[in-house]
Amino acid sequence: MATVKLPTQLRDAAGGATEAQASGSTVAEVLESLYGEHGELRERLSDGDGGLRRFVNVYLRGEDIRFLDGLETQVGDTDELTILPAVAGG
Amino acid sequence: MPADALKCKECSTTYPLEARYVCDRCFGPLEVAYTAPQSSAAELKRRIQAGPHTLWRYADFLPLEGTPRSALPTGFTPLVKADRLAERLGLGELWVKNETANPTHSFKDRVVAVALARAQELGFQTIACASTGNLANAVAAHSAAAGLPSYVLIPADLEEAKILATGAYGANVVAIKGNYDAVNRLCTELAGDRDDWAFVNVNLRPYYAEGSKTLAFEIAEQLGWELPDRVVAPVASGSLFTKIARAFEEWIDCGLLEGEVPKMNGAQAAGCSPVAQAFEAGTAVCRPVKPDTIAKSLAIGNPADGPYAVELAQRTGGGVDAVSDGEIRAGIRMLAETTGIFTETAGGVTAAVLAKLAQRGDIDPSERVVLCITGDGLKTIDAVRGSFEVTEIEPKVSEFDAAFAGAAA
Repeated sequence: MATVKLPTQLRDAAGGATEAQASGSTVAEVLESLYGEHGELRERLSDGDGGLRRFVNVYLRGEDIRFLDGLETQVGDTDELTILPAVAGG
Repeated sequence: MPADALKCKECSTTYPLEARYVCDRCFGPLEVAYTAPQSSAAELKRRIQAGPHTLWRYADFLPLEGTPRSALPTGFTPLVKADRLAERLGLGELWVKNETANPTHSFKDRVVAVALARAQELGFQTIACASTGNLANAVAAHSAAAGLPSYVLIPADLEEAKILATGAYGANVVAIKGNYDAVNRLCTELAGDRDDWAFVNVNLRPYYAEGSKTLAFEIAEQLGWELPDRVVAPVASGSLFTKIARAFEEWIDCGLLEGEVPKMNGAQAAGCSPVAQAFEAGTAVCRPVKPDTIAKSLAIGNPADGPYAVELAQRTGGGVDAVSDGEIRAGIRMLAETTGIFTETAGGVTAAVLAKLAQRGDIDPSERVVLCITGDGLKTIDAVRGSFEVTEIEPKVSEFDAAFAGAAA
């Protein structure tokens, strides 16, 4: 099962956990299984149209999934996904 | 115009004025919301004119509770009429907002002054940031002046001048093996766990961003309480660009200015142009890129305010353009030769985009144009290396005369 690291803003929707285990062979499947466990996360992260809200960033092994295959990116059993809000720079 | 809440730009959920930057519901960015001013335009103007010659003269439009002070006075930089540059480009009225005149030689002193003041109001004792360099200088200097420790996280490949001009103030300089987007990501993770640290551009971001408005307030005041027709400004995260327009809107709404928000033209380097590409494609979705440009202070591949920057350019009849590294160097040279202002690579980007707009015939000669030069050339000195020849001679009049035989005595 992949490990999903949750940002502080999402932890209350996951019972206070800083990370969660979720199964799936793609990022989309891992997120779907995460939503199955913590229903409120779907509303926070999903755009309701199969995609992610525009200020949600997801990283697989530290790389933004938009540089990989997006939600279809393959996820291994020991992989770590990190969800973070997009923050403008400076 | 008292600040009354933080408000999500996406779903309008409101939050108290604390160290918080993202909407819990939808992850949208939070922005300071104000109640309409109680004072008349004349009273607001009188208060501004009676204020200090720093950005604090605009305190009525900033999200602070008390009378703000900073140990390092910031802002009120010159607005220079650039007649020689206008002539070269075939433009009518051109002004340069010279932000190199700030304490650490970039506009970042403004955002840090506001973020630091708010951080002190909220009781923070440690200041931090993710930076492409200019912010690092400003955080280090303002924290030192305020007597607070600072932690400055930068990409390891940053220009040496920017690293040295950060460490000089006694800041803790942390070089991250990765690009700016990796630094930003790390700081976002750190800010979640170290909630007693003020990361000026992460958890203090809504306050930080408000500081950029003061650049536009000054432009309007220095133009005699009038609006320019067009503003050309750099776009990295998109925050400065959008806040310039917000400032003009606020002053139009409260009666300090008459007219419309200027046409807003954003400037990016071709080696990192996610916002220009989105504008070109007619979409607000900015696809992230891996930056590869000499304009490192604009090298943000994943600009969170990008969608708003595109929408602003579309709404005002402006645009977002990108220029090559060669054009950036030429832009630095052109500005220096015609105005005496030596800018860093980001300013080269902005000047080059102005030249591009002029050559394309996008700017009417009747327009009053303001070019925002946001940082100093001494910070990116390598960009001009090899761009001119130095004449080396023995200390003899004959050698001098031989070398400059053609020059009038």
